[in-house]
Amino acid sequence: MASVELKTSPIAEAAHVAAPSLWYDLATTVDHKKIGLMYIGMALLFLVIGGCEALLMRWQLMFPRYDFIGPDLFNQMFTMHGTTMVFFMGMPILIGIGNYIVPLAIGARDMAFPRLNAFGFWATLLGGMLVYFSFATGGAPAIGWFAYSPLTERTFARSAATDFWAMGLLVSGFGTLTGAVNFIATILTMRAPGMALRKVPFFVWTMLWTSVLILFAIPPLTAALAMLLLDRNLGAHFFDVQNGGSAMLWQHMFWFFGHPEVYILILPAFGMISEVIPVFSRKVLFGYEFMAAATAAIAFISLGVWAHHMFTVGMSRTLDMFFVISSLLVSIPTGIKFFNWLATMYGGKISFESPMLFAFGFLSMFLIGGLTGIMLAAAPFDFQLSDSYFVIGHFHWVLIGGTIFGTFSGLYYWYPKVTGRMLSEKLAKWHFWLLYIGFFLTFGPMHISGFLGMPRRIYTYDADRGWEIWNQLTTLGAMIQTPSYAIFVFNIIWSYWKGKPAGNDPWDAWTLEWATTSPPAAYNFEKIPEVHSRRPLWDLKHPDDPDWKYEDE
Amino acid sequence: MLNLLVLLADASATENLSIFDPASPSALSIRSLSILVAGISAFIFVIVEGVLLYCVARFRRRTAKRGSEPPQVYGSTSIEIAWTVAPALIVFILVLVVTRTLWDVNRPHPKPVAGDQTLFVTVIGHQWWWEYIYETYDGQTLGVVTANELRMPVSSPGVDRPVYLTLKSADVCHSFWVPRLGGKTDLIPGHPNEHWLQTDKTGLFLGQCAEYCGTQHANMLLRVVVEEPAEFERWLANEAKPAVEPAAGEPAATGRATFLGQSCVNCHRVRGTPARGSVGPDLTHLMSRQTLASGMVPNDRENLRKWLLNPQQVKPGCLMPAFGLTPREFDQIVDYLVTLR
Amino acid sequence: MELNFDIKTALTEHERASLAQETSRAAGKSGLPVPPAIVPEKNLTAEQWGVIAFLVSEVAFFGALITAYITFLGADTSGPKPGEVLSLPLVLMSTALLLASSGTIHLAESLLHQGRARQFLYAWGGTIVLGIAFLSATVYEWHELIYEHQLTISRNLFGTTFYTLIGFHALHVTIGVILMLTVLGLTLFGNLAGKNGPVVQLVSWYWHFVDAVWLVVFALVYVIGR
Repeated sequence: MASVELKTSPIAEAAHVAAPSLWYDLATTVDHKKIGLMYIGMALLFLVIGGCEALLMRWQLMFPRYDFIGPDLFNQMFTMHGTTMVFFMGMPILIGIGNYIVPLAIGARDMAFPRLNAFGFWATLLGGMLVYFSFATGGAPAIGWFAYSPLTERTFARSAATDFWAMGLLVSGFGTLTGAVNFIATILTMRAPGMALRKVPFFVWTMLWTSVLILFAIPPLTAALAMLLLDRNLGAHFFDVQNGGSAMLWQHMFWFFGHPEVYILILPAFGMISEVIPVFSRKVLFGYEFMAAATAAIAFISLGVWAHHMFTVGMSRTLDMFFVISSLLVSIPTGIKFFNWLATMYGGKISFESPMLFAFGFLSMFLIGGLTGIMLAAAPFDFQLSDSYFVIGHFHWVLIGGTIFGTFSGLYYWYPKVTGRMLSEKLAKWHFWLLYIGFFLTFGPMHISGFLGMPRRIYTYDADRGWEIWNQLTTLGAMIQTPSYAIFVFNIIWSYWKGKPAGNDPWDAWTLEWATTSPPAAYNFEKIPEVHSRRPLWDLKHPDDPDWKYEDE
Repeated sequence: MLNLLVLLADASATENLSIFDPASPSALSIRSLSILVAGISAFIFVIVEGVLLYCVARFRRRTAKRGSEPPQVYGSTSIEIAWTVAPALIVFILVLVVTRTLWDVNRPHPKPVAGDQTLFVTVIGHQWWWEYIYETYDGQTLGVVTANELRMPVSSPGVDRPVYLTLKSADVCHSFWVPRLGGKTDLIPGHPNEHWLQTDKTGLFLGQCAEYCGTQHANMLLRVVVEEPAEFERWLANEAKPAVEPAAGEPAATGRATFLGQSCVNCHRVRGTPARGSVGPDLTHLMSRQTLASGMVPNDRENLRKWLLNPQQVKPGCLMPAFGLTPREFDQIVDYLVTLR
Repeated sequence: MELNFDIKTALTEHERASLAQETSRAAGKSGLPVPPAIVPEKNLTAEQWGVIAFLVSEVAFFGALITAYITFLGADTSGPKPGEVLSLPLVLMSTALLLASSGTIHLAESLLHQGRARQFLYAWGGTIVLGIAFLSATVYEWHELIYEHQLTISRNLFGTTFYTLIGFHALHVTIGVILMLTVLGLTLFGNLAGKNGPVVQLVSWYWHFVDAVWLVVFALVYVIGR
């Protein structure tokens, strides 16, 4: 537990006392807020690196039979781009925001296990460094982010790059796991008095289920990575087909992790959107209980859909149908959430400050990504489109349209709380529109080149196939997107010094994090508040008409 | 129609690999399903996005100042049930349609029978080329081995001439995808798969490997040549013959001797000669193929020579090394290879 | 020795009544709606939930290893087979040792609960000894398998899956032993003296779990698989 100190905000601190150096402080901190910010900072760094990897690929694909970067480097790029974005950008940024906000939102002073929290961050960073250290072996692994065997066996991937990759993910997996343990223990035991589990802010509920998914999804990956390392270094034969091993085993184990992983990446974004939409529509979240149940249903069902990534491997028709049905089923709770968000907006008074702008981006785009997912769930359609650019279009649509837009919504929403300053709305609009348009132009054409027969992971293509124009549009879109990220980074730095002071509650919001200073003191709350409903601050601001009169007990 | 528009977008597009231009019953079945699913998705999109845009337009906060809060609506069980049941119904319909298409498309392989006009081919995926073993045609056992171009007979009204492929891999995972002829099936080492093709259109159908398999995955191209049964049978008969033996004194004869004296024979097979390697493509009827390097370059003397000189220039990373022979040795070998019709 | 379990309990009837009285008295003054009294819920501690969450992840982990083992059962065409080389008597003995250790750790917990500090130490120590004995039996078994039967991790699929599954389990036993030694040391000489109740409970949960995994592994590898 954090000790009760009399210092106030980091800004005030910097002004007064000669504190220990920032680097020492960050290296030894166990404060959830600082750890959260370190996660976010690390994620943004890897976002830039992963983005550069993408841009290199996009330029190579600009022209048919182009020779900008050869096959070896290209193949390393798509491997590292996927690995980086999933493991060292996507998960960390969500865990970072969760780290910062969850204790505040439930009225706690820190996470349940602060030192374990720090361990989680450093393990993740170490894992990232190990993966990137593979470049020192003469080149990063060129195995694809899902690393199908036997391409990853020593016979076909000779250098130690694959070993660094596997070790890096193993190590960061421990970090992820400890993070999940921490969230669960914190959310289950450290809520403010009166905050029953069914009354937690929705972001907290989604972080809880994300953590549950992590408990089920990450260990099989850890096991698979361990088996791969044993194959490559001790002569084991798990995936070594030439000696009786099974390529299918890797695929099943990887996707058993891989599919819940993408729900781990989307659920927190759902949570953040569920915080923003009510506040900026000035209406309570519609159907909280159904939203909560839908979240749990999504988490549960997502554990049973994995082989829809394997429709083309030659499973029996019956097995195919099982995964068709489970994959289609998950669209039902997802749809329920969508309709509830719309119902929240309906009849409200919506204003489009930056958080809501990005929430709108999320809603409009995630819908499309979800629908292309339904198309892919129809297995025979997937026989054509699996491993094609259509799939790349689909998953970037849900990951960027969903996770990234949702994350930006949350970042814009909570930035004032973290720093005490407002972000520039003008820059935010530039960020949004460049991203929105650029993103559309980048990934829209991929759906077309996909159904024109363009497979994934090819470093070049023939001119006669009609793919050139779509690749060029995609590259153009990427070039439009890129400055948007730069604008965001500039905004968060510039506004730290020059932004309008925010005060405790700039958005007139309703959850506990807005009941303390911006930024919060090290101890978060002077006095742990008592809570009676899902919107404690609404109750305070409307004592004549509090929520707890209407919420079901 | 949409295809045409889409393809016209690219001026240099001369080949059509669109999944929406089916040339086989399998691809046609998939297209029907796709249109239905896309239609349902579009319908959902229009409605939901419509509601979203309506909300954005209609419920925008008009005044800058914060007035009173709008009425707070906490939920409605009946609405929740309604918008759970409706999607569930759509899912139910989709499951039925998908089941039908799946059973249509994934056809178990029959056994070869005399007079069945059916071709059975074993496809073995290699890093980064395709090996074809023609097992049976019309009930007759063949054992013809070629590489990189699959030939098959066309079907005509009333006479189906399906091709049943058994997909295997010699190394890593690959995937056989010729979009106009159907969906893809993976080639997984240790796990043979089945795939079938059938078309009533003659011509050339293109595709490529669709499962990342290493450095030259991008250039593991597929070419399926569909021809009239008579032509196909002629080709098959020729392939079954051993290699053309050059007459003594011709340059090709010297070339043959040079070829047999080099390490080519360790990897390549030329039936009727001592060359019995099985690591690389069978060269017995090399010149009956339209392309080299698995579809990368046209098969002519010039390209053949370039390939031999330095395969790494044409297909960097491929498993055939440059042998550093003298220019004359190269010319001799090329002289020989061009006779292998 | 004092116990320090941190479990919240519900308010008594009397406490609840007086709380309700207070709040209504306060609210009555302003005329605003009064929220219902907050009744604290019965809950586990954060540490307990943490260990439970961790054990859930361990179920997923061992589940994956067991799946791999089952995948390759009977798939070998060469090399030693389970029926040929696995010695049931030895493993029955080591299983008995491990089961006994679950008994001793349970005994240790209840002794601690009763405040019998010295006896607790003996039972705890006994658990450690039994754990080490189990590991020794594993080492002995592996030595025999490697040197007498030439079964290594690379020999065949059985070798691969056997050493991986049994090995990761043994690793978890080792970690358990280390945890118990740490608790022992800190109880005798360090910070935990007098208040090691919660930690003892958590470590024993872990230990029981490792035991339960062994029962599954034993049944699969030495009974069904043979």
